[in-house]
Amino acid sequence: MENYDLVIVGGGPAGLAAAISARKDGIDSILVLERDDRLGGILNQCIHNGFGLHTFNEELTGPEYAGRFISQLLDEKIEYRLNTMVMDISHERVVTAMNSKDGLFQVQAKAVVLAMGCRERSRGALNIPGYRPAGIYTAGCAQRLVNMEGEMPGKKVVILGSGDIGLIMARRMTLEGAKVEVVAELMPYSGGLKRNIVQCLDDFGIPLKLSHTVVNIEGKKRVEAVTIAEVGPDRKPIPGTEERYECDTLLLSCGLLPENELSKECGVEISRVTNGPVVNDSLETSVPGVFACGNVLHVHDLVDFVSMEAKNAGHYAASFIKNGGESDDKTIDVVCDGKVRYTVPQMIRPLDMEDTLTVRFRVANVYKSASVVVKAGGKELVRRRKQIMAPGEMEQVVLKKSDLADADKVEFGIEEA
Amino acid sequence: MYDCIVIGAGAIGSAIARELSRYSGKFLVLESQEDVCSGTTKANSAIVHAGYDAVPGSKKALYNVRGSELMEALSKELDFPYDRIGSLVICRKDQDRSELEKLLEQGKKNGVKDLRIIERDEIVQMEPHIADDIECALYAPTAAVVCPFGMCIAFAENAADNGVEFAFNAGVKEITKEDGHFVIKTATESYESKTVVNAAGVYADVLHNQVSSKKLHITPRKGEYELFDKSAGHHVSHTIFQLPSKLGKGILVTPTVHGNLLLGPTAEDIDDKEGTNTTAAGLSQVEKMAALSVKDLPYRDVITSFAGLRAHEDGGDFIIGECEDCKGFFDAAGIESPGLSSAPAIGVDVAEMVAKSLSLPKNEKFNGTRKGILDSKKLSFEERNELIKKNPAYGQIICRCESITAGEIIDAITRTLGARSLDGIKRRTRAGMGRCQAGFCTPRQMDLLEKYAHLTPEQVTKSGGNSILVFGKTK
Repeated sequence: MENYDLVIVGGGPAGLAAAISARKDGIDSILVLERDDRLGGILNQCIHNGFGLHTFNEELTGPEYAGRFISQLLDEKIEYRLNTMVMDISHERVVTAMNSKDGLFQVQAKAVVLAMGCRERSRGALNIPGYRPAGIYTAGCAQRLVNMEGEMPGKKVVILGSGDIGLIMARRMTLEGAKVEVVAELMPYSGGLKRNIVQCLDDFGIPLKLSHTVVNIEGKKRVEAVTIAEVGPDRKPIPGTEERYECDTLLLSCGLLPENELSKECGVEISRVTNGPVVNDSLETSVPGVFACGNVLHVHDLVDFVSMEAKNAGHYAASFIKNGGESDDKTIDVVCDGKVRYTVPQMIRPLDMEDTLTVRFRVANVYKSASVVVKAGGKELVRRRKQIMAPGEMEQVVLKKSDLADADKVEFGIEEA
Repeated sequence: MYDCIVIGAGAIGSAIARELSRYSGKFLVLESQEDVCSGTTKANSAIVHAGYDAVPGSKKALYNVRGSELMEALSKELDFPYDRIGSLVICRKDQDRSELEKLLEQGKKNGVKDLRIIERDEIVQMEPHIADDIECALYAPTAAVVCPFGMCIAFAENAADNGVEFAFNAGVKEITKEDGHFVIKTATESYESKTVVNAAGVYADVLHNQVSSKKLHITPRKGEYELFDKSAGHHVSHTIFQLPSKLGKGILVTPTVHGNLLLGPTAEDIDDKEGTNTTAAGLSQVEKMAALSVKDLPYRDVITSFAGLRAHEDGGDFIIGECEDCKGFFDAAGIESPGLSSAPAIGVDVAEMVAKSLSLPKNEKFNGTRKGILDSKKLSFEERNELIKKNPAYGQIICRCESITAGEIIDAITRTLGARSLDGIKRRTRAGMGRCQAGFCTPRQMDLLEKYAHLTPEQVTKSGGNSILVFGKTK
């Protein structure tokens, strides 16, 4: 069995930033395990720009953004193994992994950072009725085919779901000569960023139909037509509103699911809301010494925030390695009112936390001219009025340690005008 | 001139072909699709029924009980997944318990072993999630689950290894009998054969009626299913049936042999012999009815839904044997449930009928053992490392969700009757069958098909024919 201080599962943006940050905190023995044939994760297929505005104050493409972190990793001479699949992480932090060169191997780690990212919700998980022909792709799968394999997965396209990858792919397919007929979105609002709706749909005259879903797929071998219908407030299709689109392709951009199968096997407690691990202010999961960051923790909209979160995870993992995870036992819960759907972290150690803590959260619905209110220990810590808040845009507030010393919980809520 | 042409490479046709290869002769299997196991065999409940449902004396009863008895030994000989988990037919408080007694008696008459009726306390111990108003159940410990793909592919591969030829994309357009032999035409070829076996599933009536005046009529009976992630696979541990009704055995809830959870099927008679589409109404009925058997079903873990067609003949029983008014034409028709369970026994009998009619000698070189695709997950740490050292492809995971390596996929493509499509790979290895439903591994599987099946990207398909995945290069 090999020994490393820190094993990082995943060499995408989260894993890279965590590794670099831990190295800067003085951890020499780090191993990054990446299942793909290169570092950078999904960023490698995101060849559009718009990455790095927060981190580098400029607009980079996905590969460029990843490239900056990869060169830092190489400069720091951090070890990594490609084409390597982690098969198991034990509660005692023995990581079992496999590749063609080393075979099956085990590493005892002092700390582990989970950075496996997420997967896309499939047609099956959406339970869309109809035939099961070729030509139904998740948007990310189509993106890989177009941008990395150079293959055109379709010519006449309907897109279900207005998540960011779907919006980006609407533009990408159009630029490659395909006709994108319509983007249908089940919810009365888009799950994607406003700027993507403008730049990827509006600029190309692609209609976005809110409160619509796919009710039938035709075609026994390849997709031949897709029928969409309007849905009522119960999200059930309204009879008589069906519209049939002849097409050869259906792309799905209907949400991302953190990939926590390894975490579950390891015994990590998973939140039913985020589908990611429940963590405290140090991004540590319920298994001591196992930390999580990036899309495996909760789905982000901007990679910049993934990098920031992962930097913290690397930092906290380094502290854990250095002081053996000694901490005061006291933790308090962060409670949401329902209008705030979740927060990360879900727990805070008021005595051990750093002086400030960024709490990221999402709201459950679209709120106009409403205020985010955070309370603890009978005091109102934050009240911030926002023009608009939507589930598609992650929000954050910064809490101070000095405000939480006597608190027994922290409450997040939305107050509407 | 062939001694026998088998039409259809589903479970039945493949089982017959494999049994035929015990005899010396020239045999051909014609399959309309691009692969074996592409019709009813690929979309059903994957159950080996114990054999209490069928009317005593019927062909269904005979073949089910015999097939079920043969299955376990066959699964070892041919290396396909099989697990004798047992089944329960459950009876609610408001239902007639005497129906269970009738089933028990019927089962005894059919020769089913170890059947007994159990009460709620015992049921709850066996199945903690059983619905609250279930009072008693018929327990059949001999019932099992099987991998229908694995079984069908194993039969076909073993048949091919023993000399049976296979032709794919070879849908039969016309059968005629001339000068004591049959002429069979597909879109491109014409074949001659001394005998024909009709194992064409929902199309068996069309073929039969071309040579016989005693007409058959087969109705495709659609069954819709929902399949759950392996995380839900332990929700039940036996196959749980509802009391049978006129339309079939009701909605069952069962673990699959691979550890998923399966719900279904509905039973809807349709006209389209290829109408394998799911419907909103069908899927919602599956969920509604399953909830009557089992509580707290974790619907957020559904990973896919599908529909299959059972070949229901008007007479309600299997039609097995030589056609009365057309010598040399053997039917294996009307094979609905318990067809999968019966396949091994139907294979033995039909092959014997054909062999007898032609006085075929034994095939002295017949080898009935077949090794399936290695499941490298089942190897020990050391064995796995040995294997990767010998063949590094076994160290490269392609399908993350099911942990399928490049080694297994390459084997699936390059072995006897190898996969030519994503679905072909899926049915042989389970790659793409997991929770992401091939979202990640599609491009990687395409690469392997290009390299090992010698296809261009535009020739790679999901399931043959026009099911292409890409239209050519980007700009």
